[in-house]
Amino acid sequence: MTDQSELRYTSEHEWVLVEGSVATIGITAYAAAQLGDIVYLDLPAAGTVIAGGSVVGEIESTKSVGELFAPVDGTVVEKNAAVEDAPELVNSDPLGAGWLLKIEFSELPELLSLADYNALIGE
Amino acid sequence: MTESTDSPPRYSPLHAVHVAAGATFTDFAGWQMPVRYSSDLAEHHAVRSAAGLFDLSHMAEFEVSGAEAGAFLDHALAGRLSAIELGQAKYSLLLAPEGGIIDDLVVYRTGDSDFLVVANASNHDPVAAALADRIDGFDAMLRDTSDETALIAVQGPGSRAILEATAGFEAPGLDELRYYRAIEGTFRGERVLVARTGYTGEDGFELYVHPDLAEAVWTAVAEAGADKGIVPAGLASRDTLRLEAGMPLYGHELSLETFPVQAGLGRVPAMAKAAFVGREALEQGPATDAPVLVGLVADGRRAARADYAIYAEAADDAATEPIGVVTSGALSPTLGHPIAMAYVAPRFAEPDTELSVDIRGTRLTFRTTTLPFYRRKKD
Repeated sequence: MTDQSELRYTSEHEWVLVEGSVATIGITAYAAAQLGDIVYLDLPAAGTVIAGGSVVGEIESTKSVGELFAPVDGTVVEKNAAVEDAPELVNSDPLGAGWLLKIEFSELPELLSLADYNALIGE
Repeated sequence: MTESTDSPPRYSPLHAVHVAAGATFTDFAGWQMPVRYSSDLAEHHAVRSAAGLFDLSHMAEFEVSGAEAGAFLDHALAGRLSAIELGQAKYSLLLAPEGGIIDDLVVYRTGDSDFLVVANASNHDPVAAALADRIDGFDAMLRDTSDETALIAVQGPGSRAILEATAGFEAPGLDELRYYRAIEGTFRGERVLVARTGYTGEDGFELYVHPDLAEAVWTAVAEAGADKGIVPAGLASRDTLRLEAGMPLYGHELSLETFPVQAGLGRVPAMAKAAFVGREALEQGPATDAPVLVGLVADGRRAARADYAIYAEAADDAATEPIGVVTSGALSPTLGHPIAMAYVAPRFAEPDTELSVDIRGTRLTFRTTTLPFYRRKKD
């Protein structure tokens, strides 16, 4: 399990792990719990150029459809094929095995700290 | 669907139990009700394979009594309720004079001249108003007992064994109770109406109890079922269960704009009986091209959801005029593929017709099918 305090967050309930010029992103445990059981993910393929703030994927639970927003401008270098085969990984390990995309970026926008994010969700 | 109002949320008598169990809540018709406790899917599968415990205390109940109680219900509702036997239940419809559906409900005969009418929580007020309006001239009394009734459902193949093992619960004749029948039972000496009814497509029971008794009944059933796989189950699993069972939900498949025949409920109104509200409109019927309810199935995992548009051709064509609309849809937890209920123009309703559903900008092929999607194996 990733140390939550090492991550950055968005107000769209995504987490961002920055390693060099690559950002690994996923959704927070809070978002996963709110969505309920996740049954389908639609993620952009490697090579897709994405714009920060735009909708780049979908996360479907039994009850509803959530949108995945790109937290950064960049190019998808890898999507997590394991979560496409087993979407429940996002519920069981949202910060670890349930990661969604790796994105190569040139500039990092301002993101929330863990404390900021916890304040946002009222914890 | 019921609009949310400014009135304060209402709480089930079991609210504290749900909080303690870690439930996530949702607003349903002004009530804060549990949507799930742990996992929608786990709760769904538990009901199909063992048992689930549901709190339905938000539903609306009305007692009808008096010498002409049956005659009043025959006039007010679309079915022939005077003909049901003591202890029998019947699914019925409350129609507007114009033929649309005000609510779908279940009526139990609880005495020679006593009936219990159970309506949807979201339709409490329109049902109360219509019944009060229609009782004029009948020797019958109508009493709204919603606030003095808690409703606990035990659903799933293990439900009878669990009730039989529930400490303090007595229901002589439970082993012989047939589907859509009810008997009087007791819990610690207090009265419980025990009905073999439900909304999940499984065998199961619904227990009507006084709110003061609800927590003790819930806890006793949960304890009796602990080693039999029972789990508390929320509204999310209830919705996927009823969808698999092809059961219509008011606000989705049923509305004031829907004639019973469009929803596949053409046999519910008893057209042979004397006048009832809505009868003339039903005789006229809806327009011949009025949409009809169908089931839709697809491969893959992407669900068609309520309000998505349906097009006549398979997915690779590009028709511009929708021929229907999805009313409920999900990835079926039991079947593993997408299922949906939808209204389509009658010429597309034949089973195995290929249609497409616009799933947020992508058209995917679905195939019409008869309902239900899932039918439990009878033992």
